[in-house]
Amino acid sequence: MQKEIDMLDVQKIREDFPILKRKVNGSPLVYFDNAATSQTPQIVIDAIVEYYSNYNANIHRGVHTLSQEATDAYEIARKKVQQHFNAKYSHEIILTSGATHSINIVATGFSNLLSKGDEIIVSALEHHSNIVPWQMLCERTGAILKVIPMNEEGELRMDIYDQLLCDKTKLVFTNHISNALGTINPIEKIIEKAHAVGASVLIDGAQSCPHIKPDVQALDVDFYVASAHKLCGPTGVGVLYGKENWLNSLPPYQGGGEMIDQVTFEKTTYAGLPHKFEAGTPDICGGIAFGVALDYMNTIGFDAIADYENELLDYGTAKLLEIEGLKIYGTSKNKTSVISFNIENIHPYDVGTILDKMGVAVRTGHHCAQPIMDFYQIPGTIRASFSFYNTKEEIDILVKAVKKAKMMLS
Amino acid sequence: MTIQEIQEEIVDEFSMFDDWMQRYEYMIELGKSLPLIDEKHKIDENIIKGCQSKVWVHAVMDNDKIEFTADSDAIITKGIIAILIRVFSGQHPKAIIDADTNFIDKIGLKEHLSPTRANGLVSMIKQLKMYAIAYQTQLN
Ligand SMILES: Cc1ncc(COP(=O)(O)O)c(C=O)c1O
Repeated sequence: MQKEIDMLDVQKIREDFPILKRKVNGSPLVYFDNAATSQTPQIVIDAIVEYYSNYNANIHRGVHTLSQEATDAYEIARKKVQQHFNAKYSHEIILTSGATHSINIVATGFSNLLSKGDEIIVSALEHHSNIVPWQMLCERTGAILKVIPMNEEGELRMDIYDQLLCDKTKLVFTNHISNALGTINPIEKIIEKAHAVGASVLIDGAQSCPHIKPDVQALDVDFYVASAHKLCGPTGVGVLYGKENWLNSLPPYQGGGEMIDQVTFEKTTYAGLPHKFEAGTPDICGGIAFGVALDYMNTIGFDAIADYENELLDYGTAKLLEIEGLKIYGTSKNKTSVISFNIENIHPYDVGTILDKMGVAVRTGHHCAQPIMDFYQIPGTIRASFSFYNTKEEIDILVKAVKKAKMMLS
Repeated sequence: MTIQEIQEEIVDEFSMFDDWMQRYEYMIELGKSLPLIDEKHKIDENIIKGCQSKVWVHAVMDNDKIEFTADSDAIITKGIIAILIRVFSGQHPKAIIDADTNFIDKIGLKEHLSPTRANGLVSMIKQLKMYAIAYQTQLN
């Protein structure tokens, strides 16, 4: 990519996001909860309005013009997702309601493929979405859940991963980037080593997709999942990428319309991919808007996004560490623009409450990753997560607000 | 004083503050001055679920009046608890059951009463009232 395109014009980008002009509790909004949900550019909002204003109709079934237009737009969106993830075929892209839904499709699908005593491996850094469905799978099948532990920096212990892998290992699932700490996991190695013992791999890309453009073919990953709402897209839409042969061998997750070939009361045969996993009317508008969101982010460019966010991360880390008694959790050299921290002897909930009063939106709590909090023996953290539309000036406001909260609370 | 009178008194106190900072500073003060719950009552059974911060509540009845003690690991939550305890502690179970908590709104802490806020204040009020209902049943 050209150097001049690499430079991201944040002031211009901010103009694309109407919500950034909002005030909260009398102060300009400083939105640092991007790891939970990203904000929506006008172009995506327009696509949503356009859909409901012009061609709202059910897809894949009507002969009329609106239905055809909606179907075309939805399938174009699927192609955009395919290209973005570099999947080999567009039917390897299942549009779901989010990363959680995607993981559940796979975890449920493995119910008949695992037997008692088989092993599946999870990482210590997971979101509950990538833990609980597998625990449920273990309950159904008698498979055993093994955990790759983490170190103090919030990195996975790859030496122990090596020891956990064996010929009983059937599946490995881990996130690409940890939502609670921001650690970027070495998924290339994780995948390669799992494949070497014949295990398949699901990567939870919910947190990586906002920062990194994944190439599922280069990764040779079996399943990759993501959520549109963390990628400037709408809520309630997500992706399950699966290798064609895997998706063909897994059973459908839900029964209903769309997912059938023939239905009689004696026997129903299922539709081919991707419809087999898309029972019922999907979020048509959301899928289309997701395609627009991907275009938007690709126009800015993921290299430029990553460069700029790393700059924000370095700046934010240095500034926050100037505050006495502040400790950052997740200190890997390989991390994205997520800073999880606490102030000595102050509860994160209190800090979050005061920050909100000053218009600064952060997340507090366990971030749906209780095992990580247990590891550090803390009730939770304050998490500031930066996106490409944030600025250093906003980080200054955060730092000032944290100082004030600290003063009030100690 | 009746619950109603205490609530009015609190509303009066809070009306002296001009902005959120003063209100929160006062609440933090209240939180710090909350008489601590006996360590032996800080057990899991007394924890109120649904809070980001831990909240413990304990109740005893003495002379037909309920005495509450409580604690939290978050200071703002503790401040709110202190206010609630001031309102409810030392009252007859029936009065606690019948009391409304609209005064929270009037003192500018409405956001803490939202059922979706993960501070458990709503669950806490429910818990205080549950204790009152339990003791009321004993009295009947
Ligand atoms: C790492 C990770 N996995 C999964 C999810 C779940 O995503 P969703 O709630 O969109 O299904 C999240 C959301 O926070 C996440 O951060």
